[in-house]
Amino acid sequence: MKQATINEAPVYTEFHPRWYRPHVSVYWWLGEWHYLKFILREISSVFVAWFVILTLAQLWTLRSGPESYARFQHWLQNPVVIAVNVISLFFVVFHSITWFNLAPKAMAVRVRGKRLPDILLSAPNYAMWAVLSVAIAWILLR
Amino acid sequence: MAKPFNEASLWTLFSAGGVVAALLIPMQLFLFGVAFALGWLHAPSYEHLTALVRLPLVRLYLFVLCSLPLFHWAHRFRYTLYDGLRVKHLNEVIFTLCYGGAVAGTVLAGYLLWNWG
Repeated sequence: MKQATINEAPVYTEFHPRWYRPHVSVYWWLGEWHYLKFILREISSVFVAWFVILTLAQLWTLRSGPESYARFQHWLQNPVVIAVNVISLFFVVFHSITWFNLAPKAMAVRVRGKRLPDILLSAPNYAMWAVLSVAIAWILLR
Repeated sequence: MAKPFNEASLWTLFSAGGVVAALLIPMQLFLFGVAFALGWLHAPSYEHLTALVRLPLVRLYLFVLCSLPLFHWAHRFRYTLYDGLRVKHLNEVIFTLCYGGAVAGTVLAGYLLWNWG
């Protein structure tokens, strides 16, 4: 049976088959809030990277001495830099909220056959966020 | 192209970096980038900060804070370029730039923190 199929002559079609490929615009994500939210969430990573660059610069200047660090602090007071940091803060908070809300979607915890409500799974994340934020502020403001 | 890591381990780094970024970055960015810069709160002195960074635990914290979020960025930014701007044809260039950037940042953080003054 198998032998027969292998020996069969291949069937050629006269025309090359065309795949159905609808054209998708570069701006596909602007049309709907859900898509826009997705792209904003993805873009937040750029501001995460910006924060790391700032932190590395801060460490670099801290290492170089008090004058160098004072210059860095002065640069941070530039209105343009403050504006960039305010926008970055919006995006990193957006990242935190979307990330914490993802937990119940990533794991469906069942207790006695019933799925735990989403809020019970994301709440510990928010609690952890609050505790760590207070700890960071306490250490720096002491 | 022979990739140095497989997709699963890159995703794990992305995920770990996402957790670190979500928990730690907002407060730190708020303080250094906004509150101290605008004079809302009294900024910690140079001596206070250098005393903190001299502690090995703080240096470990700072290393993790710099490294993992960069791998988070690399993964997410790569897919933003693929999907958002639909530039799949530049696949390998983007891959190299994103993870190259993350590795460079990690090396710089390690260099700065390893032998602190």
